[in-house]
Amino acid sequence: MFPHFRIATRVFALLSLCTAFSPSLHSQERPYFVAYDHYLEEPGNLEIEYFSTFGTQRGGNSFHSFWTEFEYGVTGWWTTELYLDGQTTFHDSTLFTGFRWENRFRPLKHEHFINPILYVEFENKNGADKILKEGEGHDVEADFLTPNSEARQEHIREVELKLILSSTFKGWNFTQNTLAAKDLSNSPWEFGYALGASRPLALKASAKACTFCPENFVAGVEMYGGLGDRHNFGLHETSHYLAPVLAWNLPSDWTLRISPGFGLNDNSHRFLLRWGVSREISGFGRMLGSLFGVRQ
Amino acid sequence: MNKRIFLAMALAALPAVSQAAAQEKDAGQAKGDKLVYAELAKAPEKARSKHNPLENDPDAVAAGRNLFARHCAECHGKTAEGGKKAPSLRAAEVQNAQAGAIFWILTNGVIRRGMPVWSKLPEPQRWQLIAFIKSLGVRSASPVVPSPNPEPTALKEPSLPPR
Repeated sequence: MFPHFRIATRVFALLSLCTAFSPSLHSQERPYFVAYDHYLEEPGNLEIEYFSTFGTQRGGNSFHSFWTEFEYGVTGWWTTELYLDGQTTFHDSTLFTGFRWENRFRPLKHEHFINPILYVEFENKNGADKILKEGEGHDVEADFLTPNSEARQEHIREVELKLILSSTFKGWNFTQNTLAAKDLSNSPWEFGYALGASRPLALKASAKACTFCPENFVAGVEMYGGLGDRHNFGLHETSHYLAPVLAWNLPSDWTLRISPGFGLNDNSHRFLLRWGVSREISGFGRMLGSLFGVRQ
Repeated sequence: MNKRIFLAMALAALPAVSQAAAQEKDAGQAKGDKLVYAELAKAPEKARSKHNPLENDPDAVAAGRNLFARHCAECHGKTAEGGKKAPSLRAAEVQNAQAGAIFWILTNGVIRRGMPVWSKLPEPQRWQLIAFIKSLGVRSASPVVPSPNPEPTALKEPSLPPR
């Protein structure tokens, strides 16, 4: 058997076992789909997430894009994530559109009124990517009209930087993300933003463990869009979205999220419906280490 | 023959080697635990002087127990007596610490030592957690170290309350 196949089999088996039998760990997950707050993954934990976006398209076919995230807490101040993206355009085709590797770093040791997080991402995708995970540059709805067979020919390698400023006050989380992205070809820097606010439906926990308790729900709203590029900075020919968000942290370690999003101008998709499911695997790093004989 | 003697000697030495390794690991963990406990002393005076507003809430301990099981037991152990990743919360250092100091640690984490920031839990839930932790009382192998500002022991119970 080829060594890489053996390793892949082991990792797959471990992931399956972990998902089925991992220790109970109920985390308070953020409800946002696009914006980030300042909370990182707990060290040694792996969170597996699946997200979908259904989008309408004026003058073309609606689409369903999807991505899987593997989010791992390397240390208390560093979280790394791998994304695998794909999409189905109705009456066209389904295809894998690429991967992303993102890293978030917490530079400050303690909690402050405003907490900065530095975000660095590398994207290797094709032009058919439709996950709309961020608004940047002059991305508009009309860009999505290109048929998949043609769009997939375009290869995009991009570096994305974000400054995340997040604050938690009286149970509310407020976050502001500023984005700068550079296609590694000869394209100008592009800019974007995301804003978010959210709060659990109850601040005190119930004395009895329950599934439908209000403290298990986190509701909020996020807004995101592009800010043009280095040559043409501003709101001209950019798209913007406003989306209520809701997360339900189930006592069985699963988190469900849903968010209907609405385009705010003529350059935006009129409607995006996002949903997602995630599960946190506690102590994944330790389990992986023992599987491959790494001394802890 | 030499090989057999060597094998016998190696087998005989194995328990001693593994015990030494375990002792070394325990010593390392104890040192790590002490460093985490030392963080309690770094809480600013203003934070330390905060009192638990839910101290007299009859539901606080039960709610805190649920929160502990969800968020903390994985690292600190089901009975809060410590685990591979995190120290005991029933040690005198924690039980004798002021509620405000524990609240400060929960809010800020000890990021360099793997304790996450728990400000994502709303303030009342952090206080509920503290009410539960303080209700557990001291259980430690090491002698009890009196704190300069001991906390009232109204919530303390001799053992982990039943779920």
